[in-house]
Amino acid sequence: MIVTAKGYFSIITHYKTKGLMTVAEVKSVIKTLHTMLTAKEISCKELTQKYLDSIAKVNTELNAYVNITEEVALSGAENVDKKIADGEDLPLTAGIPMTLKDNISTDGIETTCCSKILKGYKPIYNATVWNILKNNGAVLLGKTNMDEFAMGSSCETSCFGGAKNPHNLGYVAGGSSGGVASAVGGNIAVYGLGSDTGGSIRQPASFCGIVGLKPTYGSVSRYGLIAYASGFDQIGPITTTVEDTAIVYDTISEYDIMDSTSQGNKGIKTLDTLHNDIKGMKIGIAKEYLEGIRDDVKEAILNACKVYENLGAEIVYFDLPALKYSLPVYYILACAEASSNLGRYDGIRYGYKTPSYKDVNDMICKTRSEGFGSEVKRRIMLGTYVLSAGYYDAYYKKAQNLRGTIVKEFKNAFEKVDVILAPTVPMTAFETGKAVSDPIETYLTDICTVPMNIAGLPAVSVPCGFDTKGMPIGMQLIGNNFDEAKILNVAWQYENATHDTVFRSAEMGVKL
Amino acid sequence: MNYELVVGLETHVELNTKTKIFCSCTTQFGGDPNTHCCPVCIGLPGTLPKLNRAVVDYAIRAGLATNCEISHISKMDRKNYCYPDLPKAYQISQYDMPLCKNGYIELSNGRKVRLNRIHIEEDAGKLIHKKGDTYVDYNRGGVPLIEIVTEPDIRSIDEAKEYVEKLQLIMRYIGVSDCRMEEGSMRCDVNISVRPKGSREFGTRTEIKNMNSITFMAKAMEYESERQIDLIESGGKVTQETLRYDSVTNTTSSMRGKEDANDYRYFRDPDLVTISVTDEEVRALQETIPELPDEKLERYTEELGIPETDALLLIKYRKVAEYFEKAIEGTQNPKTTANFIIGQIFRTIENESAKEEFSINVSAENLNELVRMLESKKIKMNLAKSTLDKMLETGKKASELISESDMGGLDKETTKKLCIEAVEKNPKAVADYKNGKEKAIKSMVGYVMKNSRGKADAMQAENIIKSLIQ
Repeated sequence: MIVTAKGYFSIITHYKTKGLMTVAEVKSVIKTLHTMLTAKEISCKELTQKYLDSIAKVNTELNAYVNITEEVALSGAENVDKKIADGEDLPLTAGIPMTLKDNISTDGIETTCCSKILKGYKPIYNATVWNILKNNGAVLLGKTNMDEFAMGSSCETSCFGGAKNPHNLGYVAGGSSGGVASAVGGNIAVYGLGSDTGGSIRQPASFCGIVGLKPTYGSVSRYGLIAYASGFDQIGPITTTVEDTAIVYDTISEYDIMDSTSQGNKGIKTLDTLHNDIKGMKIGIAKEYLEGIRDDVKEAILNACKVYENLGAEIVYFDLPALKYSLPVYYILACAEASSNLGRYDGIRYGYKTPSYKDVNDMICKTRSEGFGSEVKRRIMLGTYVLSAGYYDAYYKKAQNLRGTIVKEFKNAFEKVDVILAPTVPMTAFETGKAVSDPIETYLTDICTVPMNIAGLPAVSVPCGFDTKGMPIGMQLIGNNFDEAKILNVAWQYENATHDTVFRSAEMGVKL
Repeated sequence: MNYELVVGLETHVELNTKTKIFCSCTTQFGGDPNTHCCPVCIGLPGTLPKLNRAVVDYAIRAGLATNCEISHISKMDRKNYCYPDLPKAYQISQYDMPLCKNGYIELSNGRKVRLNRIHIEEDAGKLIHKKGDTYVDYNRGGVPLIEIVTEPDIRSIDEAKEYVEKLQLIMRYIGVSDCRMEEGSMRCDVNISVRPKGSREFGTRTEIKNMNSITFMAKAMEYESERQIDLIESGGKVTQETLRYDSVTNTTSSMRGKEDANDYRYFRDPDLVTISVTDEEVRALQETIPELPDEKLERYTEELGIPETDALLLIKYRKVAEYFEKAIEGTQNPKTTANFIIGQIFRTIENESAKEEFSINVSAENLNELVRMLESKKIKMNLAKSTLDKMLETGKKASELISESDMGGLDKETTKKLCIEAVEKNPKAVADYKNGKEKAIKSMVGYVMKNSRGKADAMQAENIIKSLIQ
């Protein structure tokens, strides 16, 4: 069996003939593996070892993992095997080999944000999401690559070098959660958690031809996520299928007392309604979203509209004029918060410290000059500037006001439509090295994803085709606050109707 | 020319909540360095603050006790600056929406010092300099503070002193802080300028940072106002700057000028949600506010008939006032109890902080019993006094120390016998007295009192001794 798209449909056939699985279950790698584990067809240790072996083979090329946690993975797997032997009821995520973006704190395991300034830093506590997954028996294969402090769209600002696209190693995996997308797309992790501040889950998921969900702000605890922009950051799953995203999201979206902005999933389990009929559902398309995007991407979106019409949904066109403010609003507000969040890296308590200095100010200055990469410095400077006395009103305050306008326009839109369909990125994956050479051009590629971070809305990116070079195209389904169940339902229906044509797994990674 | 001071104070008061403002670490003073810390209060990457609601309640009570309006909606902001004792490189504070606004504290001369605001914030850690190295202790980091900011309404050093003392007392009465300046649980920044008396314009001000005692604050204000006046008189101009005060040399010196003033880049902390306070919550907190010092003073002088100077001594320490009120229950003349406390009991207490604590051997109930015995004429004042001394020493009750036979007092014959003994045994005192040293008679009266176990009538004894000597 190959636990990849193609392959996993073949196991499904195998299981179907054995009568082990229902049709509804076949769209989930997690469920497939769960069934295999609990049926003792494979031990968790064997499964984990297969992933570790595969990582050893593939990761030098993909550069998806920056820290492979073999011991943690194997001891986690042993625990799960014990539970299986004891006949315990296991949650779906138990024993499933997975990964975390390197900005999610893991007790005793180096967590660097792929920045020189945090090299060697081992947290002394766990992020809430990792606590939840760990308690559910998740097997952590390692920490994955990312743009430094999640600032970037290609993963290339990482101090470890960028993660590569499993569909073509000459292309980037996207960013900032490029490592997770590369690992999941390259079949060296079943799923991973990334973080999305301006598109950092959805964009790499789109580039790598897989599924990525940015949940509603507040639904997944941020405790332990090393902050880039606190008012925008959100942790979410990256998986190969919509159903897997639903499983992981349902697991991690718990209210957390440690995060004041946490609200949990309000008791809604997305799996319950995942396969619901979408007849009569109104799917909105903002005209502004179809402007300035590459023709092949636009075509893929319009094709998706046809699929939805065939499924009985209604396509509704509407205007979202405030969309044009999204990029400046995002870059002003996110950088302002970043300039404050990143002030703590001073070499005093943890991480990198410059080897020679005159006094404490010199030490802090040198540590930061040597420890941060140029994209991080650029955003710290921009953020400091927009908050400075005399500029605050012109930039920060104005951007805050416009944030309100954008929120309002989305709110109005959701009075008319159930979900909004949009491209995830106006193009497909960049060739390596291209994003770094022109930062402003790269900022522009975030145009489709940042509005949801500004408005706090949930959005899932799903594959919807390929360009002429064979690189995946992605589309997003955007919902109102806490409407994860709705967008995943709509996404699942699309996947179910099209997986043969729009979904193609990279030819690498774990094969059983 | 005559000048007057224009002063505004910013006072930081550490709140004595059990746990810190954004985590559940203890707020206890001291402890080995970095032992009262957790990932949150040392600002480890990824940690998030969680507002301790008790801090909000304490601050609201401070606001209510100082006549403030309580904001129904407020928020937390980040004050960004870089210093090693500040582990996140920003302090979580309140900028434009403080919890309490527009209060005042009334001084004894009837003038009101208006309070612009009271806001909540976190304290920073502490740098420790040792053998040429600098260490940092984050135990204090995250301890809740309120900052109380006045309008520039203070016009003299005495007013400033009274304001601080009054604020201290109010905070102690409502129990939100012990306000110990020497331990840093209360610190003042003084904004000070001078202007010709009668002028309505403000002069250029300087800010003296971190005054940690009222005495030093007064000295610093004196030095700084004189410096400013001298400067103006000699044709110079005061420059707006931040100063530190050196208590050894009694001078102020510049920390930074206006042009290097920190740009704190305040903005709303996205990690914390809006703080909302309902009318019901404010009402409930209002009910927890005890009788405040000013109200007590008025009641003691007007209703209980205690002279103002004595009343001031009683209200100065919350525990003393509480003790006094318990001890006078059911007695006839509160003055008697007040005198015992201010006279005899205070004499046994060494310093201010011990008065603050007021942990003495005699319970209020026991003092009450003694006063009742006196008022019912079971014992005389002399016996009452000597008994109180013993009570203070032993912790026993008056009724345990005084026997039935003690209660009658001493007859004149026995007193006279003791007086004769006293004269015989104290030839030096007799000689002194004859040489005009009036006070010498006291030691002989003392002898009589001692040997009668306090039962003799001192006035009577004194008269007898005088007649014996002459």
